[in-house]
Amino acid sequence: MNHAVERYLAPTSLTQALAVLAESGGATVLAGGTDLMPQSRAGRVKFARTLLNIRRVPGMDMVEVADGKLLLGALVTISTLVDHPLVRDHAPLLSQAADHFASDQIRNAATLGGNLCNASPAGDTLTPLMALDAEIELVGLDGTGVLQSRWLPLDGFFTGPGRTQRKPNELLRGVRLPVAPDDQKVAFYKAGVRPALDISTISIAFAARRRDRAILHDVRLALGAVAPTPIRARRTEALLEGKALTAELVRVAAASAASEATPIDDVRASGWYRKELVLNMTQRILEDVGNN
Amino acid sequence: MSATTEIVFMLNGAERRVGVPSTMSTLEMLRDMLGFTGTKYGCGEGECGACTILVDGASVNSCLMFAVDCAGRQVTTIEGLANDPCARVVQDSFVKHGAVQCGFCTPGMVVQSVHLLATHPHPDELSAQRAIEGNICRCTGYKKIVDAIVDAGCAVGDRS
Ligand SMILES: Cc1cc2nc3c(=O)[nH]c(=O)nc-3n(C[C@H](O)[C@H](O)[C@H](O)COP(=O)(O)OP(=O)(O)OC[C@H]3O[C@@H](n4cnc5c(N)ncnc54)[C@H](O)[C@@H]3O)c2cc1C
Ligand code: FES
Ligand code: FES
Repeated sequence: MNHAVERYLAPTSLTQALAVLAESGGATVLAGGTDLMPQSRAGRVKFARTLLNIRRVPGMDMVEVADGKLLLGALVTISTLVDHPLVRDHAPLLSQAADHFASDQIRNAATLGGNLCNASPAGDTLTPLMALDAEIELVGLDGTGVLQSRWLPLDGFFTGPGRTQRKPNELLRGVRLPVAPDDQKVAFYKAGVRPALDISTISIAFAARRRDRAILHDVRLALGAVAPTPIRARRTEALLEGKALTAELVRVAAASAASEATPIDDVRASGWYRKELVLNMTQRILEDVGNN
Repeated sequence: MSATTEIVFMLNGAERRVGVPSTMSTLEMLRDMLGFTGTKYGCGEGECGACTILVDGASVNSCLMFAVDCAGRQVTTIEGLANDPCARVVQDSFVKHGAVQCGFCTPGMVVQSVHLLATHPHPDELSAQRAIEGNICRCTGYKKIVDAIVDAGCAVGDRS
């Protein structure tokens, strides 16, 4: 084992935590540990000299609605996403996706911020949040020790498997997304070989508003585990925008979604199989939306 | 070798003070440092649930939790449930339904069931099944375990 952690800290304020991150040599951030523990033991992640537990930082587990946005702190657990009434009411797509995540024990420990910063293309909160136009807040201290905050669209945050726009001195503080409009239709689909404890073979998150005459607006289709990062299928979104779902449009859109997926072959599935899944499941999702 | 941190936490209702290496798992601390071997090591990577414990009332895999993160929290292992009234009902129900064969998964199953019953006193079959999605049993085929949990639910619910 390669465990050379020289110092463990669990600061009780955000500024203290950020000051530790700003030190030379930086720190390895610990939230729920459900990625960090297995990844460090497998030698896939090397610890920095300092292990920085952020779970004692107050306020980072908040769930709130303000100014038409749902605000979720980075330390909100996946279980909270499943159960919390504000999340269920205002982001049902995210709640549904969280319910398909790992097992109860892992949902109780795993955090939203950890899922986003781990940046797996198969991360189960990533596609729903992209489909819901979520933004994330990164905070850090500038050279004079003053707290700086920047908001980024989640779409664009991921730069590769396990890689994000987060700078080493920054923490992800939270996520915000518009509360779901009344006429929003959503669907989440996760393919795996068994219902629980399975990393997604692919995942699809769909959101759109449907007003009179069944016309779709603000269409979002996000695909997971079909590219180095989760992606928005923008050409397919454009095909669907402003249209009513006909059998022909469903067929064309599903084919388009499959063509936007560029999956690899790996232990979970071949690239060919993943594209077939995207095609068939996009078709099923759109048929369901059309029929309801 | 990683630095050792002294932590203080409540283990099964009693205060504990231990020095733990920063990267040690809670499972290793419980079994190897403190001798609480009721919590089992199955896979060490979150797949089997044999290591399930309660932390501040929520069930978690102790193999995935950094021991240092126990500081200041309430940790409950299967040993701590020996005299818990709800856990007694669960254990009796496991015995009655033949839900224990080799017994390796049983501590984790019981802790996870206690967590379910704390929030859902009358689970149906589906919620019992969903609650133990993270617990592997190599012997029983799950049917008897699910029956035991549903039945324990009735018993716990009837008393309250
Ligand atoms: C058996 C098993 C099954 C799993 N199943 C699923 C699944 O079905 N779906 C799924 O999506 N994932 C799954 N995971 C992966 C994991 O549980 C999730 O990614 C989880 O959300 C990680 O959160 P955490 O709080 O445990 O993160 P940690 O392990 O604490 O951290 C993860 C990474 O993010 C960094 N980090 C954490 N929080 C912050 C922050 N606020 N700011 C900056 N950096 C931060 C850490 O430094 C680390 O690199 C599974 C894991 C296991 C072991
Ligand atoms: S030993 Fe922890 S889940 Fe298997
Ligand atoms: S009784 Fe043997 S593993 Fe469950």
